[in-house]
Amino acid sequence: MSAEATKPARGDELLRVEDLKVHFPLTRGVVFQREIGIVKAVDGVSFTLQRGETLGLVGESGCGKSTTSLAVLRMHPATAGRIVFEGEDITRQTRGLFRRRMQMVYQDPYGSLDPRMKVADIVGEPLVIHKATPGRAEYRERVAGLLATVGLLPAMADRYPHEFSGGQRQRIGIARALALEPSLVICDEPVSALDVSIQAQVINVLMELQERLALSYLFVAHDLAVVRHISHRIAVMYLGRIVEIAARDDLFREPLHPYTQALLSAVPVADPEVEAARPRTVLRGEVPSVLRPPPGCRFHPRCPQAMAVCRTEAPPLARFGSRQVACHLHGPGVIPIRPAAAAHS
Amino acid sequence: MTETLLSVQGLTTRFRTERGTVTAVDDVSFDVAPGETLAVVGESGSGKSVTALSVLRLIPNPPGQITGGRILFEGQDLLKLSDAQMQAIRGDRIAMIFQEPMSSLNPSLTIGLQIAEPIHQHRGTPWGKAMELARGLLEKVAIPDAARRLHTYPHHYSGGMRQRAMIAMALACQPRLIIADEPTTALDVTVQAQILDLLKDLTRETGASLILITHDLGVVARYADRVVVMYGGRVVEQASARTIYRNPGHPYTRGLLASVPRLDAAAGERLVPIEGSPPDLAALPAGCAFAPRCRQATAACTATRPALRRIGTDHLNACLLDER
Repeated sequence: MSAEATKPARGDELLRVEDLKVHFPLTRGVVFQREIGIVKAVDGVSFTLQRGETLGLVGESGCGKSTTSLAVLRMHPATAGRIVFEGEDITRQTRGLFRRRMQMVYQDPYGSLDPRMKVADIVGEPLVIHKATPGRAEYRERVAGLLATVGLLPAMADRYPHEFSGGQRQRIGIARALALEPSLVICDEPVSALDVSIQAQVINVLMELQERLALSYLFVAHDLAVVRHISHRIAVMYLGRIVEIAARDDLFREPLHPYTQALLSAVPVADPEVEAARPRTVLRGEVPSVLRPPPGCRFHPRCPQAMAVCRTEAPPLARFGSRQVACHLHGPGVIPIRPAAAAHS
Repeated sequence: MTETLLSVQGLTTRFRTERGTVTAVDDVSFDVAPGETLAVVGESGSGKSVTALSVLRLIPNPPGQITGGRILFEGQDLLKLSDAQMQAIRGDRIAMIFQEPMSSLNPSLTIGLQIAEPIHQHRGTPWGKAMELARGLLEKVAIPDAARRLHTYPHHYSGGMRQRAMIAMALACQPRLIIADEPTTALDVTVQAQILDLLKDLTRETGASLILITHDLGVVARYADRVVVMYGGRVVEQASARTIYRNPGHPYTRGLLASVPRLDAAAGERLVPIEGSPPDLAALPAGCAFAPRCRQATAACTATRPALRRIGTDHLNACLLDER
């Protein structure tokens, strides 16, 4: 490929998100809509993503992980903050090169492929829209190449989506995302609609492609085992904010934020003996509504270690060694409490 | 195992479809001991949910029909009972918890009425007393402010609370068997842990047995005593939970365990996917249903259907590789 010579090195910063806010007005009435509240779906999120890196974005429903990824794609306007992609501030842009350079793989491989289009047209559509291919012959060749890239046979190009299994459809979705040679692929729950025996096929394809094409992934998912498998770094979100960002192994070996600790302990390990020996932290209650987030630290009503300050002051995301945590237990000047000392039930 | 609460023997359930008759559950047998948690594991189309609905005789006919087998519950064959007799058992001796609590609760009745209803129906308890019991049940499933919540409607409840209300309803008549079909798939992980812990504690307390239908191998490891693995409508392996994870016999079970990322796996470990996709029940192969995806399949596997045979104490496996 011609871009080979100018291709930036792995490890360079690809994406920087600074204090991103995505707020939605909540209105009542049809004609005279009046604002009755604001949903702060994403409320001050900052992170970076390097070239060739996978950042996992995890959290429970309503935490803002999908809204964050859609804001990065500029499919939701950002209320405040900055999104810098490949060195360019795209926060207020609607079109430009970045539209080619970042692509998305969707959750539902059934809903995201037009059933009336042949696979060749689905995979090639981005090339047509962005006028990225000169001739018919080269177009066919590109599509065949893309299908081969994701492990499908070029002969499958003339079939329709219904002739494929869920795992194969998801590969078609990946091939489409790769058509314009993006540097960033945003994956929103790419395997959660698939049967368990199929998930590994898609995960392996994604990892091989990253290896080969130096792709960066923003990988949004709720399944922590899948996120752990594919990510280099992981950001944990709760009610519109990031509570902890750390390298994969650090996060799983020693989660610092009480929410991260509870989240990890809630997920069972597929081994009865390991399970029987694991300490458990079971949280009380459920995630509060984003409409009325609790004051102070948003996690404090469910936090087993909440202190007085947590009820009034929101902890900032502070650097703590090689990682970042938003928790008063780990604030500057506070002696860190080892998670082992935390209350386990 | 000295006694059994439920013994399913040779259960076969068929559905008439546009593409011909489909055998969704094919000669399925398993036992459930009192107080035991049995996990039924499988992917979509494995027949795990149809098995559960068959035990309760909730298969819509037409198009579905239980065409063979016996379902012995407390020594009585449920398939021989009249509809009225079956009605008396459902919700009383056997209760069911469904995946989606919002679609299994009646949106126009208060939660209290819905929990009190089975008590009134099955026990003839007057409504006032039944509502009193319902309040106790809501407290038991840790719903805060139960006295007030009793008189509110399902849409006032969050997803986790609705599933708690479903559990309260299932427990209303102190059933001996609870069947939970993917009870937490629609819930967030921290809430999933709460609900399953609650279910486990309550069954332990009342001595009821639990059939947990799931695709989540982590949930199985944490909560199940024994495991039935289903594939293509058939039982392919059955063993204690420990054996399934330590010494899996069937290539499908082994494949499943190798293909799922584990929270405690060493970093960089590669997943080994099972190639292909789950079988189409309308076009099952003649031999082993898993043969087309099995790395170890031989010519015999595609021709002969393996029988479920004993390969250890309380360990059954349906694979021709064992028969050599």
